[in-house]
Amino acid sequence: MDSFFSIQPLMAVLVSLAAFGLIILFRNRPNLREAVTVIAAVSKLAVVLSMLPDVLGGRYPEITLVNLSPDIGLALRADEAGIIFAMLASMLWVVTSFYSFGYMRGLSAQRQTRFYASFALCLSATIGLAFSANLLTFFLFYEVLTVATYPLVAHKGNPEALAAGRKYLAYLITGGVVLLGAIAYTYQVAGTLDFNAGGFLPQDTAVSSLAILFALFLIGFGFKSAVMPLHSWLPSAMVAPTPVSALLHAVAVVKAGVFGLVRAVGFVLGPEQLHQAGALPFMLAAAAVTIVVASLLAMRQDNLKARLAYSTIGHLSYIVLGLALFDAMGWTGSMMHIVNHGAMKITMFFCAGAIYVRTHFANISQLDGIGHKMPWTMAAFTVAALGLAGVPPVSGFISKWFLVQGTLNLEEFALAGVFLVSGLLNAGYFFPIVYRAFFKKPGTKLVTGEAPLIMLLPIIITAGLSLFFGLFPDAVFGFYELAERVGQSVTGGGW
Amino acid sequence: MIQNLPILIPISLILFAFLSAFLGVMRFRLSQSVALLGALISLVMAVFGLNHVLQEGAISYHLGGWPPPEGIEFVLDHLSAFMVLVITLVGFILLIFPTRPGFLMDEQRGVPLYAMVLMLIAGLCGVVLSGDLFNLYVFLEIASLSTYALVSLGSGRAAFSSFRYLIMATIGGSFYLLGVGFIYFSVGTLNMADILQHLPAVYDSPAVIGGAVLIVAGIALKMALFPLHTWLPDAHSYAPPIVAAFLAAVQIEVSAYVIIRFLLDVFTPELMTATVPLTTVIGWASAAGIIVASVIAIAQTDFKRMLAYSTVGQVAYIGLGIGLANPLGIVGALLHIMAHALMKSCLFLIAGGVYHKTGIKNINDYKGLGRRMPWTMAAFTVSALAMIGIPPTAGFFSKWYLLLGSFDQSNWVFVGVILGSSLLNAVYFFRLIEKVFAPSEDKVEKGADSRGELSWRMLLPIILFAAGILVVGALNVFIVDRFLMPIVAGF
Repeated sequence: MDSFFSIQPLMAVLVSLAAFGLIILFRNRPNLREAVTVIAAVSKLAVVLSMLPDVLGGRYPEITLVNLSPDIGLALRADEAGIIFAMLASMLWVVTSFYSFGYMRGLSAQRQTRFYASFALCLSATIGLAFSANLLTFFLFYEVLTVATYPLVAHKGNPEALAAGRKYLAYLITGGVVLLGAIAYTYQVAGTLDFNAGGFLPQDTAVSSLAILFALFLIGFGFKSAVMPLHSWLPSAMVAPTPVSALLHAVAVVKAGVFGLVRAVGFVLGPEQLHQAGALPFMLAAAAVTIVVASLLAMRQDNLKARLAYSTIGHLSYIVLGLALFDAMGWTGSMMHIVNHGAMKITMFFCAGAIYVRTHFANISQLDGIGHKMPWTMAAFTVAALGLAGVPPVSGFISKWFLVQGTLNLEEFALAGVFLVSGLLNAGYFFPIVYRAFFKKPGTKLVTGEAPLIMLLPIIITAGLSLFFGLFPDAVFGFYELAERVGQSVTGGGW
Repeated sequence: MIQNLPILIPISLILFAFLSAFLGVMRFRLSQSVALLGALISLVMAVFGLNHVLQEGAISYHLGGWPPPEGIEFVLDHLSAFMVLVITLVGFILLIFPTRPGFLMDEQRGVPLYAMVLMLIAGLCGVVLSGDLFNLYVFLEIASLSTYALVSLGSGRAAFSSFRYLIMATIGGSFYLLGVGFIYFSVGTLNMADILQHLPAVYDSPAVIGGAVLIVAGIALKMALFPLHTWLPDAHSYAPPIVAAFLAAVQIEVSAYVIIRFLLDVFTPELMTATVPLTTVIGWASAAGIIVASVIAIAQTDFKRMLAYSTVGQVAYIGLGIGLANPLGIVGALLHIMAHALMKSCLFLIAGGVYHKTGIKNINDYKGLGRRMPWTMAAFTVSALAMIGIPPTAGFFSKWYLLLGSFDQSNWVFVGVILGSSLLNAVYFFRLIEKVFAPSEDKVEKGADSRGELSWRMLLPIILFAAGILVVGALNVFIVDRFLMPIVAGF
């Protein structure tokens, strides 16, 4: 694989950074401010997609700016793993932008400029870390993302939101600090921080160093990817406005943590070395426990967003589990689940937001018969629910198929069982919602209809994407091809 | 001309100090303008000097034409050029800040203040430029004397804290002088370069060891190295904002410079690490200081007092870098001198500006200020993030080098301290960020005149410092490679 100089990765980062400035500049002109958001989102997607043919052709656009530390540049490179994440984030930013106009205006929310500005900064950081070519660059964007998300979590400014913000920071800054230790130690051990498929640690690295690094990375990224017992910030952070929960807490922020694990396991430590050192079972166990426990906890939540949050925790650990399998198919499944879960979960959050805007209902027990009033919304919700439970032809089935194949390749039947049980549990906590919505009599207070089109369309689009990725996993964006290549290059194997 | 720079910088500052006072007596507004001009001239000379040092090497100036070791020598080398740049840059930007919020008194009474600030800057420049031990002491005392006067002008118990500081710093100065005496008895010279040549032969002599211990102890007292920091929180929190900023940003760090200079160019690292474990003591005391000071800072409710405790902790980072006694540690320490100078000045000016505009001192009253003063609070956020060590601010990169240095030594405790202290800093700065940007409930109560942004003259230096934090962060490799690496090349 060769790289060539290109400013495209930088452009993708700068587009939303420029939007950050312009949004603040146009703070007194809401229409212009929101136009900036849309233009930035669309052009960001365009820039990211423009790199796709090169990446599929095996050439990585790359650019190095100033040095961050002697020998370590601020370097951006669009490789397969990076572009998967970048495409997902920028694609969903476009739909989320429209959705959030409807949502924020529908609720006449305060401090919208700060909201859109922070949002743009978050996306800039997300794309930056997707394209980071080394760990220090990655860390830079990772920390910016942590800080830029804080105002969004604490957006409402009431005591509950501030408390959630504090918890969020306490968890994620701690994670960042652990991570910084891991990065500095990696540099000490390897003398470089440049990502390399299959890892870059020297072959003769002591097992003790490897174990320390693995533990530090797992804990550091574990905070952001909400692996139990480091997860409890995520349900609290659901006090944020729904577009934030949707894009950031289902896609950008938490997936940044998972993506960090992709980089740490696949591109720093190397699955093979970890496998030989016998370190991977710890990660497998943590992920498996998280999947089951999070699903069980999800059942107990009456608040719709809280249930979605626990579901997110469980599904993130699907991905973590796949990464811990030393197997190309497991990795492929994980990379695809990053995308598929993103599309499905954002649909569900959008639905929750639409319901909230129309009815101010936040609890599942209030949703009796809502499907009659908001048929499109709830139909989209049903599609996503089916997908997360792993029912074909929705995209969740495909990623799960690969993940289960991965466990079977390694003859880890217990883990295959975890996935199957989790599918049932997913059905167990999502289908009652669908049942209530469509088959129960509506309460007397339900008088409203669908959310405005600006909110409904994003819902239908993301639900459509979930189906599309399930039916044609390789079409247009080449997600399957990219995921497979990541899996094979990282594990050094095929099938 | 260039050859005379080492002496011209302090001399011109002293000259402008007199000018500022005399012209200020005639037209009091002139005193600030003249002081600003003096600081600008010294800044320009510092830039030229640094450039010259980078191009053609160190400049040595012999006072009165007497060559060292007999004569007095002023040296502008990589280390002193870097320090002079930091001192004059911070001094210049601080002097832009208006008199009334900066010194808490009106322009008329403020006349002698600018002279004293210039004397302070001159003293500090003299310290870093001196090529011999006694001259260094003289300039150190010039700087200290102006400090006592400036601190005593503050509010609250300023006079008392100034007196306490005077006692402590004088003890420190005496220790230093006594130590210098011991060294002089052992080698018969005061010139640094000369000592470096003659001292290794007598490293095992008790007089040399005693001298080294006394010097480091004296300077550690002036540097407020934990647990000798007790005078600092009072002195810095009662001092007027500009003075507090200057003391925290530069004056304390010059003491750290003295230790670094002794470590590198007077004693050789061998004496201070192997013969007497001085650096080890400094390092561990600093490690304890970082944690203790940060914890105490969390408990503070007065903003300036919180900043003062934070200074104790931040200076300890520099001490920790010295304690590592390896190139990365010293580079981290020096970069942190620069980073901390920018961020702490910024924060003290914000404290001063906010107090002037609204009368708010207490952290709890900062609620909702983000809406009223968006620019000030944006600058505040940048400096706060730098204090915590969030990339891409300057504060992150100095910690990064310290962290690499600690890993180099396999000193896991220091690693833990550096990482853990980020969390503690996050606690007390994010607590404030949360308040600043939370919606305020009592907008009406505070009255109409307390609303709105600071005046542009207050804002300008604040924004300059905040921008500097980001620029130093982005250009850190340039600074490290060009300025700092040559300093530690001898290791």
